[in-house]
Amino acid sequence: MTTQKSVNPLGPGYEGVPGEEKRFRDVFRDTLRAEMIRDEDVFLMGEDISGGFDKETKEPLDAWGGPFAATKGLVQEFGPERIRDAPISEAGFVGAAVGSALTGLRPVVDLMYFDFVTVAFDQLLSNAAKSRYMFGGQTKVPLTLFARSGAGTGHAAQHSESFYSMLAHIPGLKVVVPSDPYSVKGLLAAAIRDDDPVFLINDKKLINLTGFVPDDEYVIELGKGRYTRRGDDVTLVGMSYTSIACQQAAEMLATEGIEAEVIDMMSLSPFDEDILLESVMNTNRVVIVDEDTPRASMASEFAAIIADKAFDYLDAPVKRVTAPHSPVPYNKGLEDAFIPQPADIITTVRKLLGRE
Amino acid sequence: MDISKEKLEWIYTTMYRIRRFEETMLEQTFKGNSMGVTHPSDGQEAPPTGICAHLTDKDWIGSTHRGHGHCIAKGLDTHKMMAEIMGKATGQCGGKGGSMHIADFSKGMLGANAVVGASIPLAVGAALTAKYRGIENESVGVSFFGDGASSQGVLHESMNLASVWKLPVVFACENNGYAEATPSWYAVSADDIASRAEGYGMPGVVVDGMDVFAVYDAAGEAIARARAGEGPTFLELKTYRYHGHFHADVPLNYRTEEEEKYYHDRDAIKSFEKRVTEQKLMTAKKLKSIRDAIEKEMVVAVDFALNSPMPDASALYDDVYVNYSNPIPGLR
Repeated sequence: MTTQKSVNPLGPGYEGVPGEEKRFRDVFRDTLRAEMIRDEDVFLMGEDISGGFDKETKEPLDAWGGPFAATKGLVQEFGPERIRDAPISEAGFVGAAVGSALTGLRPVVDLMYFDFVTVAFDQLLSNAAKSRYMFGGQTKVPLTLFARSGAGTGHAAQHSESFYSMLAHIPGLKVVVPSDPYSVKGLLAAAIRDDDPVFLINDKKLINLTGFVPDDEYVIELGKGRYTRRGDDVTLVGMSYTSIACQQAAEMLATEGIEAEVIDMMSLSPFDEDILLESVMNTNRVVIVDEDTPRASMASEFAAIIADKAFDYLDAPVKRVTAPHSPVPYNKGLEDAFIPQPADIITTVRKLLGRE
Repeated sequence: MDISKEKLEWIYTTMYRIRRFEETMLEQTFKGNSMGVTHPSDGQEAPPTGICAHLTDKDWIGSTHRGHGHCIAKGLDTHKMMAEIMGKATGQCGGKGGSMHIADFSKGMLGANAVVGASIPLAVGAALTAKYRGIENESVGVSFFGDGASSQGVLHESMNLASVWKLPVVFACENNGYAEATPSWYAVSADDIASRAEGYGMPGVVVDGMDVFAVYDAAGEAIARARAGEGPTFLELKTYRYHGHFHADVPLNYRTEEEEKYYHDRDAIKSFEKRVTEQKLMTAKKLKSIRDAIEKEMVVAVDFALNSPMPDASALYDDVYVNYSNPIPGLR
């Protein structure tokens, strides 16, 4: 996996803010650690997160630092009660996490690959998301889950899904999708502090990304998107990795004299309807870029909202650039074709502006 | 017998309350006053009563679609339960849960749960909280489920987790012989479901679930183990539901009259009455006074529920989230 630099997320007003360039994966781990220090009720649960046990002493070994090194060093610091390594039983341990959330703790669950959510889906849908509503508001479920999504790393059909809309569809659940080191710090902290169940979907392609991160602690309000580039000709809407693809496409389009505005949604449920409508009313054209498969996707939902509420401002049809309606292929060439690429976005924008 | 007089009275009151609540609830359902499907648990009074006799409000239970008995044994208010079943604003969940989702977190009741087996890991999670906080001696988790749920993967995952993590949990399997209409002789691969406990490194005990004293004794040991930090126990309580799977499950042509008679002859409440009067632990007069009080309670519960208001239309949008910023009209 190549190391990429993230888009500048900060924009005007952040000059002089103390901070440094950091890797996404390190920021992720540091944020988990900070939240565990901040609140003793926060604990982590997941498969392999203590990285095995020493052959002789039987003490946690932290061999790899957990899946994708997200929990590296934490078991030594916090011990096995708070870094709770779970047997491979997603329904069981996600259910236990819900039970612990219902009784006062703030569990954070590492589900490893996003595809594994289906194994735990009943606990997520029927218990985590519905308990507050069906019990008449007498309880809350302060549960955070995270897992790695996305094609592009040769993980093939069962380790690469980006089914964002499958989760965003569920009333009672919140869904966030960081796109760089800055957003993962603020969104993960906000998710852990939130009193509703929140699922953070982490595209694998972002894990080695570097970018500027302010030193001070901060949270990003759930449900807020952000502009990562301003422009008047067309709006590009990204989420998770596609925000990076949109930014790269926008920079290339600028060399052709096309000024694209780029929105990084950051949250998918709730999502920032206002920023979508504001930008479309400014640019009058919009391309939504989504690595999820297209049917009943977030791209379709955003398109519907824009068609409903900004129809009179549109100078062209709302366009979607998405993965095809297919599982994720293994072969590198096919996998690259599956992922929405900057070139696909550029082609779509040119067509939209009549500049083919 | 080393059960206090007060505990004996509580046991009789609880079993009779469950019996009469289910019968009263069914009457109301057939009058059209219930707003949906109900799953009566009469006949199965002994397991929740004998187990919850050892619990306090700090202990947690998970329950099932057939959950009224668990609720009552955990101390929930029958007025609010009846109102919930009638869908009223005064119901235990404001009329939004219904019979299959009655919960009271102030009483340590994690909620009835309508996906078979789905509540099992919740009780494990409650036990995890207790262990995390170091309060196993005063807060254990009890998971109620049936023979049907014994085939669900999540039970097996939960048993493994509870054993690996040595959590203060009791798995209380109420084997009433039928998963909906399917008999356990067909769907369960073992003679005794409790025999599976050995494979998960915990004691498995077969208990006569029609005998509240047997349940009380077995549960006492299991809960004491949990409170002492010795880990989970599996109890299989062989019991019987007097009615069908749900209120409209009649006639019960998948069961024989002989089988029904066998269990009715061993009725938990009648057996209790016989034993306590023969052993002069309670008087017939005391038993009658308890029954009379319950009869009055049911009349008041029905009256309360029937005369309670419906939820406001705006309740549709309440409590989906603690907070949600998206401009979905009405959503709170």
